[in-house]
Amino acid sequence: MTTDDDFILTMKDISKTFPGVNALENVDFSLKRGEIHALVGENGAGKSTLIKVLTGVETPDSGSIELDGKLVQVRSPQQSQEIGISTVYQEVNLCTNISIAENIMLGHEPHHFGGIDWKKLNAFASQALKRLDVAVDVTQPLGNYSVAIQQMVAIARSLEITSAKILILDEPTSSLDVNEANRLFDVMQKLKGEGIGIVFITHFLDQVYQVSDRITVLRNGRLVGTYDTASLPRFELIAKMLGRSITDLDKVSKARFTKEQKGDKKRSLEAKGLGRSGSLEPFDMELFANEVVGIAGLLGSGRTEMANLTFGIETPDTGTLTLNDRKIQHFSPLESLKNGIALCPEDRKAEGVVGDLTIRENIILALQARFGWFKFMGTPKQYEIADKYIQLLGISTPSPDQLVKNLSGGNQQKVILARWLATDPQVLILDEPTRGIDVGAKAEIQKLVLDLAEEGKSCVFISSELEEVLRTSHRIIVMRDRKKAAEYSGDVDDHTIIQTMAGTL
Amino acid sequence: MKTIIPLLKRFRENRLFWPLVALALILIVDAIFAPGFFKMGILEGHLYGNIVDVFNNSAPLMLVTLGMTLVIATGGVDLSVGAVIAISAAMGAVLINPALGNKLITNDILTKDATNTPLWLIVLATLAAGTLCGLWNGLLVSRARIQPMVATLILMVAGRGIAQLITNGQIMTIYYTPYFFFGNGFIFGLPVSIYIVAVVFLFAWFLVRKTSIGLFIESVGINAKATYYSGISEKNIKLFVYVFCGFCAAIAGLILSSYVHSADGNNNGLNYELDAILAVVIGGTLMSGGRFSLLASVVGALIIWTFTITMYTFGVPANALLAGRAVLVLLVILLYSDYSRRLLNRIFDLGRS
Repeated sequence: MTTDDDFILTMKDISKTFPGVNALENVDFSLKRGEIHALVGENGAGKSTLIKVLTGVETPDSGSIELDGKLVQVRSPQQSQEIGISTVYQEVNLCTNISIAENIMLGHEPHHFGGIDWKKLNAFASQALKRLDVAVDVTQPLGNYSVAIQQMVAIARSLEITSAKILILDEPTSSLDVNEANRLFDVMQKLKGEGIGIVFITHFLDQVYQVSDRITVLRNGRLVGTYDTASLPRFELIAKMLGRSITDLDKVSKARFTKEQKGDKKRSLEAKGLGRSGSLEPFDMELFANEVVGIAGLLGSGRTEMANLTFGIETPDTGTLTLNDRKIQHFSPLESLKNGIALCPEDRKAEGVVGDLTIRENIILALQARFGWFKFMGTPKQYEIADKYIQLLGISTPSPDQLVKNLSGGNQQKVILARWLATDPQVLILDEPTRGIDVGAKAEIQKLVLDLAEEGKSCVFISSELEEVLRTSHRIIVMRDRKKAAEYSGDVDDHTIIQTMAGTL
Repeated sequence: MKTIIPLLKRFRENRLFWPLVALALILIVDAIFAPGFFKMGILEGHLYGNIVDVFNNSAPLMLVTLGMTLVIATGGVDLSVGAVIAISAAMGAVLINPALGNKLITNDILTKDATNTPLWLIVLATLAAGTLCGLWNGLLVSRARIQPMVATLILMVAGRGIAQLITNGQIMTIYYTPYFFFGNGFIFGLPVSIYIVAVVFLFAWFLVRKTSIGLFIESVGINAKATYYSGISEKNIKLFVYVFCGFCAAIAGLILSSYVHSADGNNNGLNYELDAILAVVIGGTLMSGGRFSLLASVVGALIIWTFTITMYTFGVPANALLAGRAVLVLLVILLYSDYSRRLLNRIFDLGRS
């Protein structure tokens, strides 16, 4: 066996089915000793399911796992740790209120005279961190340190307690800044030098090219392929992730929707000094018919708070909101629903879908809420509405009676969109409608928003992706520090917006 | 055969499947070891026998279970139903008491088969008392945002005290014959209580399946926040289920006090909250809320009483009854656990292939 083929892990023909979904279909995955292997794919591609199979959280329906040339069956997370597979998750699963040393050694404390040998414990812990070139005071509570350090501590812990052969890093950089990420990459290189195989899951393609040796691409639960990073151009990687030819992709990214506004400019909604202490400073906004207003701003800039105040999730304590020149007196989702204001909320899972109800029931929920308790629309009517929107929005499902929790993120988003479109709103607020959706569905939703505006609706489009805001909006409001920073027309360049968002303009 | 198998599978996935299996198991045991269990006869134009007893005895529990099902479906629980039964019973007994309003009270008056209050007013006041209790619970849960278990615990503890306040600390015996109709009367040979349950069941079924209330209840139980974001007043839905539960408990109180001819603040409806919760769980509704089936819950109540009457038939002494019930609870919980479900499903699938 040459060192080039020195595989530490071989997963073959892994399949896993959840009700209504083929999460994994005959997926192969292999990891070499001393390699950083990036696992990429859009949401719903099967990355997390593959990792869950490897770490024993889920049992595969079929397929085999070989570790160090020996066939193994991973039945539980504990067992996977015992055989040398360590995982560090996106959210750090440590206790911030106890010391770094305790966190690293928790459950493996050295003892003497029946008590914990603190000296030894602290020494072990700092040694473990030194291995990662991290020098911190291990007796300090973990919470005193940045997320990056906490991430390192999590890695140190997983390496220390298991003598890991394989390290899985699931989106480790999503809450790190550039310097912190680079530091993490140094650690990864060091561990790679020690012969540990690293599986690196990330959405950031820059980082894939920065550190990885090979790339495995998954799409819709199937293996697209495994490639050497050096020989796979970035554009081709994206094309493989999306399952489109490069020319197709070129077209999507270059396509500009027609943004000419049709119809007369009739004002629908006006917010004047709308605010709530602690969540949003007084905010002005005008919405017109046939128009998409984009909201750009970082997480925490007040964009979601603005949406929630306008929709009546929270009651504003200053300012006024007028709809069709009529002042809104009571703020509640039901009131907004009756007034023709709709909100697709930011957190799809917690605030959007009702997972154990069917697609049909989820779609008619808001419309039925407007009808009230006793004007029940009856099943045939429900199916009629559900079928209409399943077709209109292209929700891919075998039946309207499928439970919503079994759908992919993009389809769930479409169900929520359908719920509100069924109420025929005049003002439609979309808070991050394309988060976690593959690019194809993203373009569909963007197109849909523009179509809705063309039909005479006023749309508010909130997104973290600047490019998307620029592409769909007739006007753009930039938010910063819980207030409106500036308002631009739709043909502003992205540079100006970024500078406004950063506060350097 | 090919058409039967999918039909079987659909039935197995139905909410009624497991409760019916459990009921069938108990009845099979009866059929083998106590053949007399199914004996029925007609006495003075009334149907009698163990089966009739099961229905008659379980009527109050079935009623409470209907209310409890809706409460649990929203993700809540109502621990106060037993106490609400006692309050309603006390309300009825006090209004019936012919001495009510009299300054001079003699034994003669107290034991007279008469009352100064019209029967419709007695019934109305009884139902109103329970419904008011439900309103109290509902306000605590939906408006004051107190956890359901804590909120209803208040009335569970205080309720029996209130019942005793109403009856002035006495166990009140009822002598007014027309009132006994609800608990002991017969219509077309069948106990009146069965008709009452049927009417309330149909009413509840209509409410949850022919209006949007059922959908909203399930939606609140699954994801209250998303339901609120969809423009549904989850507060009012929660308020409604507690009020309805109080209403059901009040009817149960009416039947029970009529059945035993008395109102006893300490013992009317004792442990009914626990039996009702058990019945709902047997019916397959999750304690965390969500999907529910009224019929399955009613079958759950039937199971509890079939089991109890079976124990009586076998001559199990009353003081060992609770231990027997504990075994039932254990069996049900085991049967419903994920593990045995998977095991049973596998056996079924094996049988199919």
